[in-house]
Formats: sequence, C-alpha cells, structure tokens
Amino acid sequence: MKRNPKDLDAAHGKMTRRALFLGGLQLAFAGGLAARMRYLQVDQADEFRLLAEENRINIRLLPPARGQIFDRNGLIVAQNSPSYRITVVPEDAGDVEAVIAKLSSLVPLDPEDLERARTEMRRSPPFLPITLADQIGWEDISKVAVNAPALPGVTPEVGLTRVYPQLDDFAHVVGYVGPVSDYDLSKMEDPEPVLMIPRFQIGKVGFEARREDVLRGKAGAKRVEVNATGRVMRELDRREGISGADMQLTIDAELQNYVQARLGRESAAAVVIDCEDGDIRAICSSPSFDPNLFVRGISVADYRMLTEDKYRPLSNKTVQGTYPPGSTFKMITALAALENGVIGPEETVWCPGYLKVAGRRFHCWKRAGHGHVDLNTSLKRSCDVYYYDVAIKTGIDKISEMANMFGLGIKHELPMSAVAQGITPTKEWKASSYGKDWLIGDTANSSIGQGYMLASPLQLAVMTARIATGRSVTPRLLKSLDGVEQPSGAGEPLAVSGNSLRMVRRGMHSVSNDRRGTAYRSRIIGDGIQMAGKTGTSQVRNITAAERAAGVIRNEDLPWERRDHALFVCFAPYDKPKYAVAVVVEHGGGGSKAAAPVARDVLLQALYNGTPPLEAYPNADRSRIKAQQERLERERVKRPLGSRSSRA
Amino acid sequence: MSYLEYHAKSTPTGLRKILHLNWGLTLLLITVASVGFLMLYSVAGGSFSPWVEPQVKRFALGLAAMFVVAMIPIWFWRNISVVAYLGSLALLVAVELFGTVGMGAQRWIDIGFMRLQPSEVTKIALVMLLAAYYDWLPPEKTSRPLWVLLPVALILLPTALVLKQPDLGTSILLMAAGGGVMFLAGVHWAYFVAVIAAGVGLVSTVFQSRGTDWQLLKDYQFRRIDTFLDPSQDPLGAGYHITQSKIALGSGGWSGRGFMQGTQSRLNFLPEKHTDFIFTTLAEEFGFIGGVTLLVIYMLIILFCIASAIAAKDRFSSLVIMGIAITFFLFFAVNMSMVMGLAPVVGVPLPMVSYGGSAMLVLLGAFGIVQSAHIHRPRQSPR
Repeated sequence: MKRNPKDLDAAHGKMTRRALFLGGLQLAFAGGLAARMRYLQVDQADEFRLLAEENRINIRLLPPARGQIFDRNGLIVAQNSPSYRITVVPEDAGDVEAVIAKLSSLVPLDPEDLERARTEMRRSPPFLPITLADQIGWEDISKVAVNAPALPGVTPEVGLTRVYPQLDDFAHVVGYVGPVSDYDLSKMEDPEPVLMIPRFQIGKVGFEARREDVLRGKAGAKRVEVNATGRVMRELDRREGISGADMQLTIDAELQNYVQARLGRESAAAVVIDCEDGDIRAICSSPSFDPNLFVRGISVADYRMLTEDKYRPLSNKTVQGTYPPGSTFKMITALAALENGVIGPEETVWCPGYLKVAGRRFHCWKRAGHGHVDLNTSLKRSCDVYYYDVAIKTGIDKISEMANMFGLGIKHELPMSAVAQGITPTKEWKASSYGKDWLIGDTANSSIGQGYMLASPLQLAVMTARIATGRSVTPRLLKSLDGVEQPSGAGEPLAVSGNSLRMVRRGMHSVSNDRRGTAYRSRIIGDGIQMAGKTGTSQVRNITAAERAAGVIRNEDLPWERRDHALFVCFAPYDKPKYAVAVVVEHGGGGSKAAAPVARDVLLQALYNGTPPLEAYPNADRSRIKAQQERLERERVKRPLGSRSSRA
Repeated sequence: MSYLEYHAKSTPTGLRKILHLNWGLTLLLITVASVGFLMLYSVAGGSFSPWVEPQVKRFALGLAAMFVVAMIPIWFWRNISVVAYLGSLALLVAVELFGTVGMGAQRWIDIGFMRLQPSEVTKIALVMLLAAYYDWLPPEKTSRPLWVLLPVALILLPTALVLKQPDLGTSILLMAAGGGVMFLAGVHWAYFVAVIAAGVGLVSTVFQSRGTDWQLLKDYQFRRIDTFLDPSQDPLGAGYHITQSKIALGSGGWSGRGFMQGTQSRLNFLPEKHTDFIFTTLAEEFGFIGGVTLLVIYMLIILFCIASAIAAKDRFSSLVIMGIAITFFLFFAVNMSMVMGLAPVVGVPLPMVSYGGSAMLVLLGAFGIVQSAHIHRPRQSPR
C-alpha cells in the first residue's frame, strides 16, 4: 500500500504521544504498587509480623512422666516404659489403604485397632497423625523404620506407657490407667490442657485414680516452628515437665503374690494388716485380672469375659464387697456386753439349741445345744444362743457403738476405689432407712453378725487388729509419697478395759488352740507364734421353719451362689500380736473349713516372711501342706514376675 | 513496503551488530533474572536444586535465543508475524486436543525437552501481528470501523481459545496487550471509552443480577469474588493464599528479615512460593526496600523500551516494542497486585523471576525482537 510520508510522521507523532501517555499510566500504576507495598510493609508491619509469629510458632505440651509405684521393699509395681506406636498422616500417605495393607504385611495389625483408626480418619483433618498400632515391640518398630521409604506418611513414634509388671497381683489395689475419654473430660470442670494430648493416660480405677493429683505431674511445653501443614521444622525452646511423685505402698509384693496365689480361683478376699502400725501388708481380691489389658485398651471379648464371670473379677472384694460378718462379729457383741456389765466373763448362759425371742425361736447352729456356756466357750465353740441372750440384755445401740469403735461401719480412708462403709445397724438407722421400728429379733440377728450387719474384709481385718492391740489401729496403704514417710496408723488406745479385751483374746486363742475350738484344725504349732482367731459362716439365705424341720440342706448340695460365705479373722502371735488377717471366701461354706486354713497359711507366710517351715503345722497335715506349698511355689514361679529382677 | 524503507545499508551488519545491542536493557534483564535465582535459592532452603539449576539453564538458553533473534533483521520478524500468529493459533488448538492437564487447566504441550505453553507464544505473536497490521494499514484508515473490527477479531480469536483452557489471567493479558497496541497505533480514543464503558456496564449488570432469577454467574463464582474483596471472610479456604501472602509481605517490614530468613515462605505457608508468589519471599526477606528496588528495575526496562520505541522511526518496530513492553508490564503489574491483595489470584507469574520455562523463554525471545528493532533501526529518515 502506498503511503504518504507526511501521514507516517503524523502517525509516529501520535504514537509517541500515546506511548508517553501509556508510560505515564504505567509509572502511576507502579507508584500505586509501591504505595501499597509501603502500606503493607511499613505502616502495618507490626500487625503482620505478629500474625506471622502466630502462624509459625506452635506450643506443644510435653506429657509428664507419671509417678512410679513401689511396694514396701522397693519392688516396682507400676512403672513407665517406652512404648512404640505407629502413626500415619493420611495426607502424606496418599492411598491410606494401600499403605495399611503394606504395613500389615510387615507387622501384625489388630483389626479392632484398624477399625478405630479408620473412624478417626474420617473425623479428623488429613494432616493429623492417626495411631494405627499401639504398644508394639521394638522389632516391629525397627521393621517399620527400615521400610520407611515404602510407607509414605507412616511414622514410628516413641512415648511412655504404664506397665504393671506384677500383673494381676495389684490390679485391685493400684488399679490401672487408660487414655482420657470424652466421658472423663465431661466430668471435669476445667480439664488441664495436658489431658488433650491424644492417648494421654490417666488413672481410671484404684490407687491410680485416687492419687491422680500427685501421680500425674505437671506438663512441660516446647515451642516449635511448624510449617503450614503443621509439620514440626525445629524446636525453639523447651521447658521440661515435672514428673509425678513416686509412691511407696505398705504392701509387701512377695506376700501379696503369695496370698493371691493361695486364694487361687476362689471368689475370695484376704487382708493382712500390721497390728503395730496399721500397714496393709497384703490386700487381695480373687479372682483378679491383668491391668495391662486395660492400659492397651481391652478387647471386647476380654472385657466380656471379665464382666460375665460370676466370680466378678473386676470387683474389689476387699474394700468394696460387704458381707454379713457372721460369727466373726461375736467379739464385738461380747465386748459390748462385758463393757456394759451385762455379763461377767465367768457367768454362763444355758444353750438348749435355741432361744425364744418374742415368740420366735432363734436357733443355735448346733441343734443339740451347747449346754452351760461361758464367754470362753461361747467364742471357742461359737455358740449363738449365748450372744442372742447377752445382746438382748445389752441393746443394739451399744453393740453398734462398740462395732464403730473397732472400725466396723466406718469408712476407712484408703486411696482405693469404692471403699465401702458397711452397716452397723442402730434403732435410728432402721427407722430412717426402712421407716420401721427396731425389733428385738433384729438384735438377736445382729449379735451374731447377721441381719442388717455388713462389713468389708478390710474392716474385719482392722477390727481384729484393734482387738489384738487394744489400739485404734488405722489402715495405711501409702507408706511414703515422693520420699516423705506418711503418718503411721498405730493409733491411740481404745476406751475399752484391758481385762475385757484379754478375755475376748483368750476366747479367740481357744478357737484355734483348744481341741474343741472351731478352728483347731487350722492351729499353728510353735511357741510364740500361736494364732488366735474366729470362724464365721454367714448365711446368704433364710432357712425356713419347714426346711429346719426337714433338716437343713447341706452347703455342698446347694448351688454355689446360695452357699454360705466362709469367714475367718485371726492374729498372731497371740502374746505379741504382729499381724491380723481377715479372709472371706464367698459362698465357701463353713468358715472353719474354707477360710481358716487360708488365713492360717497367709499368717504363717507373713510371720516367716516367706515359706514357713512344716513344723509350724499340725503333724497330721504336714505332708498335705508340703504338697500344697510345692504346688503354690510352682504356680508363683510360672507368673512372669519381671519384678523379681527389677528391684528399684 | 520494501526493505529499502529501512535504509538497510545504514544498519550495522555481521558481528558489528553485537556492539549495537541495547546493552542497558540486556543488563537489566540479567539483573532481574539474578534476583529470581537468589529467591529460588532461598525458597529451596539454601539449595540450587530443585529450582535454581534448571532456571539458570533456561535463562542461558533464553539469553542465547535473545541474541539470535536480535541478530535477525527486524523486517524478517515483521514478515513472519502472520505465520507466527497462525502457528500460535494452531498450537492453541493443539493444546485443546492433546494438551496435558495441569492445575485443573489444559495448558501444556509436551515437546520432549520442555513443556510448551502455547498461550505464552500467542501473547508475542498477537503483538507482532497487530504491529505488522498497523504498519501495513495506511494511518488515515486506522480509526475506520471496519479496520478497527479486523484487529478486534484478531485479538478475540486467541483470547477465546485461551479462555477455554481455562486461563483467565492470560486472556485478560491478551486483550489488554492487544488493546494497548491498537491504542498506540492511533485508534480513536472514543472506541476505548466505549469499550471500557461497556465493560463497566457489564460488570455492574452481573452484580445486579446476583440473587435474582436471571443471575449471570454461578454462586461459587460470586463467592470467589467476595473472597477476593474480603479475604478475611474465609482465611483457611479460598482467601488463604491472599491472607498468607499479605502476612508474609507485611511481616517483611522496612528492610526485611534478611536473606534466607523468611519464615513464612520457607515454611510453606505460602502457596506456589516458587512460582506465582515468589514476590512475597523477596518482600519478606528484603522488605520494602527490596520490593521497591525490583519494581524500579522493572520500570527501567519499560522506560528503555518506550525510549527505544520512540527512537525507532519505523512503525512496526515502535509498535512491536511497545506491545512487548505492555505485555511485560502487565505481567509484573498483575502479579504484584495479586500478591498484594489488589487483584484476584489469576495465576500470572512474576516475569523473569518466577520459576518456569516457557514464560521466560518467550519473554527473552520477545526482548530479542526488541533488540533486533533497536539494532536495525533506521539511522536516517526513510525519505
């Protein structure tokens, strides 16, 4: 196309003007950008710098190490050991299921855990780690570490977890810890932030729960620099937490282990208490369970097995279970009668086999009757009629008062779960609980520890210790806290005359040392270690007049849950009481047969601080006892007592 | 339209051309690219991999390409512009058919040694074609409606193809650059007023339609606009990029946290920290001073180009230089506005600094044309 040079010049001039105009616009725009930059970077710099710090710095809590628990000899009962777990960050893993499949070919993964992890994954943002397996072995963790490149997003992590090396021996005493649950949090008003750490363990039951305050410790914190996905880049600083306080129990783990083994598979409870200072040397409820199961998170099948067992392994029968004390209560009735001058120690009561009270016959366990019975005989042969008689003369309120003095119907403050108060009925109590008047028959029933009367094995042991010493011995479970010795439970002398106590103790001595005593077969041979005790057989059913007429059905012929409870309380040595023991065997039948031998064995074990010599047993029993000792020794060795080597 | 118009004899020949390169411009480009290397090194946590090394290689390749393009006489580039335009259209169609989907949009063609983004080529080809068009068109016809409609169609054709990828940023850039060239060529200002008025009208109509039964945009599109207008509404969602970018920028302060000390960008709070948002790293580590320095260097490049365009008495050269300058300006202006929260996040890289192959290669090629126009500028009046 032909063009006019003049036009071209004009066009070039126009272009130059417009180019300059555009250039000006661009400069103005650049100026605007600079102004904006100034606004953001100079005027608002402080605000943005603050926001940047918030972005970057994250405060992470450092879980404190939980206080450890030892027995009185420094044997470890609850400790913290490193636990390895495998976590996965779904975001980093990509195809999570493929990673899980690869992982499960390396280490065994529990399907229940996996199901839990999958639910968690659906709920939480993809950058948060999810635990796939907890408490796995070092070998498995190293397998994961070696194969790390093939497992994107998977991290082996180390933390502390609670371990109970004594297994079921201390399950009911120490209890167990478990991960904080939503339910736990809902119960707390202002939960500590440390509780929000995933899988942080707190005491759930028993000592662990009751002394959570000192066992937990204080959380530390670290400031870390994180990137946008929350991944920790480096640590800026850290303040270590304060570990929980270490605890020493009064319990002798060796004795505890023996007692637990001796109780075997019976549904039973045994308490050994030091008469001098109230230290609980052993406190066992049988059957027991492995608390480590709960730390890991118990499987549904295991849990069902524990809850459906009719022997109730989860219940702590020593402090939680209350039983009619039966004849073991007779010492209290006797003391109340003696102290109130109702009867002298030498005075007798005629026992024809029953006592008519308010038109109703109250039977003695021995239908033929005991004839003339004084205090000593009444204890030795456990005559019921004697007690019906003196109790009615004394009155229930005075008996209950005496019972309270000896620790029955009193809640002993022990750091264990669900410590029961028991019941020592009074007229007022019946009126307020049942709205009914106290009947004279109720007094008769109460006098032999039946009726409304209820006591826990712990209370019975305390009662026996108080009878043995005449002091208000108070049970003590915690020996020292963080190295500080706790106050002794020796107690003050009781307001009971020494003479009455002596008479009752003599009666108890006859029970196990007189040829006609109910526990003669369970006597201890040897000077200076003789045992004084009292049998008890408490009914859990009413024997109707018709049944009594037809002949009382023998325990062996009844279904287990309707048989009598067998009880035995004792102390030794008789002249210088050291240990008091209470044994309750649920539905065990007669106290002399089912409970006394156990209590005797336990007492001997405690007195000899180990296996007693056979000479301590009656001649006729020695071969049988030897076999029993060998069997128990085998059973105890079978228990993987890792503790034996880990003395602190 | 003959070679004689350029008084070819007065232009330098052979190796002497090198002496006539616009060395100032070259130096500025190298400076900007070096800033890019520095920032990529920092963003990678003090490492040459994974970004600095390939970037340096590409820059060397681009620089070589710029020299080769500069050596070739400007009239060759004018004559080839129609072919370039058609070629780029063909590439755009090809990317539509065989392209690789990246970041939710179809933008790349894999051509063996690198991934080519045809829309980058299109920007320059369009500017070349328009410059050649106005070089060919007698100036007095410039503002006639028919002769205005033709370039508008030439602009809209590739714009539509790019928009379909979808790449809103590039299509806006194409329209703006094309419009810029038309403005410089002397199209009557009334056309521009009309187009801008129509645009404003359209936008306000769209907003008017919100919530009515003739709503013109989808709800999520409106929400995206809301987020742009007020990012704090949704700080972890769509507003995240803008908020984090402003935090990084603002925390830089007057003189910055120092090289390699930027916490925000290096800790991955910033999205696309090595590409579209690299300016935030610079601003965080070197502060206001660093940011303004880069802005000044960019503006110097623009001023060099304007001076060069005015000095070139030949119409094609002037227009093509200005067109390239506008494209370059739009690149960094849009990118910086976006990073500073002044424009929506549209995915425009910071020219010569952001990590990325085709944009840098194409820009250096374009500057080759600027250099060629500079070298081959008429030394005397062509009369």
